[in-house]
Amino acid sequence: MSGEHTSAPVAARVRRLEERLIEAGVVGEEQLDAALAAMLKGASPVNGARIVARAWVDEGFRARLLDDANAALPEVGLSMAGGIQEQRLKVVENTETAHHVIVCTLCSCYPIGLLGPSPSWYKSEAYRSRVVREPRAVLAEFGLELPADTAVTVWDSSAESRYLVLPRRPDGTAGMSEPELAALVTREGLIGTAAV
Amino acid sequence: MSRVNDVGGQTGFGALEIEADEPPFHADWEARVFALNSVLVRNGVYRLDEFRDAVERMDPQEYLATSYYERWLKAIETLLAERKVLADG
Repeated sequence: MSGEHTSAPVAARVRRLEERLIEAGVVGEEQLDAALAAMLKGASPVNGARIVARAWVDEGFRARLLDDANAALPEVGLSMAGGIQEQRLKVVENTETAHHVIVCTLCSCYPIGLLGPSPSWYKSEAYRSRVVREPRAVLAEFGLELPADTAVTVWDSSAESRYLVLPRRPDGTAGMSEPELAALVTREGLIGTAAV
Repeated sequence: MSRVNDVGGQTGFGALEIEADEPPFHADWEARVFALNSVLVRNGVYRLDEFRDAVERMDPQEYLATSYYERWLKAIETLLAERKVLADG
């Protein structure tokens, strides 16, 4: 994760700002280091994958997750309170006839506390502008071609509401354990730009 | 009121750039800006909605020409200056 040459001036700007804020007592150096470490530790979609795997194997959990995700997450040791402020989470379930995909057209709202920082394309003007106008074309750019009779729903996140896609369990996975199932789930699957 | 960030449904932004196996951050400073923002909110220097507003009221041309975490840095600098959190210099 080394800085690129072209980002050297901005890296120096960040360093100088941190130093001035530490000198002024606005933030603590240890506080910054701890926040950075905690954030990098959680910077992965494994938590989202765990939620999906549990929902695939536990019908009761699946129903509770779809009904009230914030209330169901503690069952897998997670919560939406891990970020800066707690937001409502709605889990939307893909079926044979319905596909869901999430976006934040205004900025980059995303379940960071569960999935880590979002990928660059999620924050790009191209994705934010286009997925609400031509979702099938956007999904095709990810290699996801949906049948014409599959209904596509696009969920626009906001400051207070976040979304997570519950992908369909792939065929041929009946014998798999929960950890094995979790390993099948990708970040794109949780956003809805991949099938799983 | 519509601001430059309100891009939903606009046309002309082109194809997606999808990076395979993209890391959470592309440079150390990006992660540091992310962490700094969370600490400033936690310490009550500003609120999260004020931070979002500071990103979204950037000059439109600068907004579109600036990378994601540089927008964050700019917004942090704007809020700190407006609140006179740091002495000049």
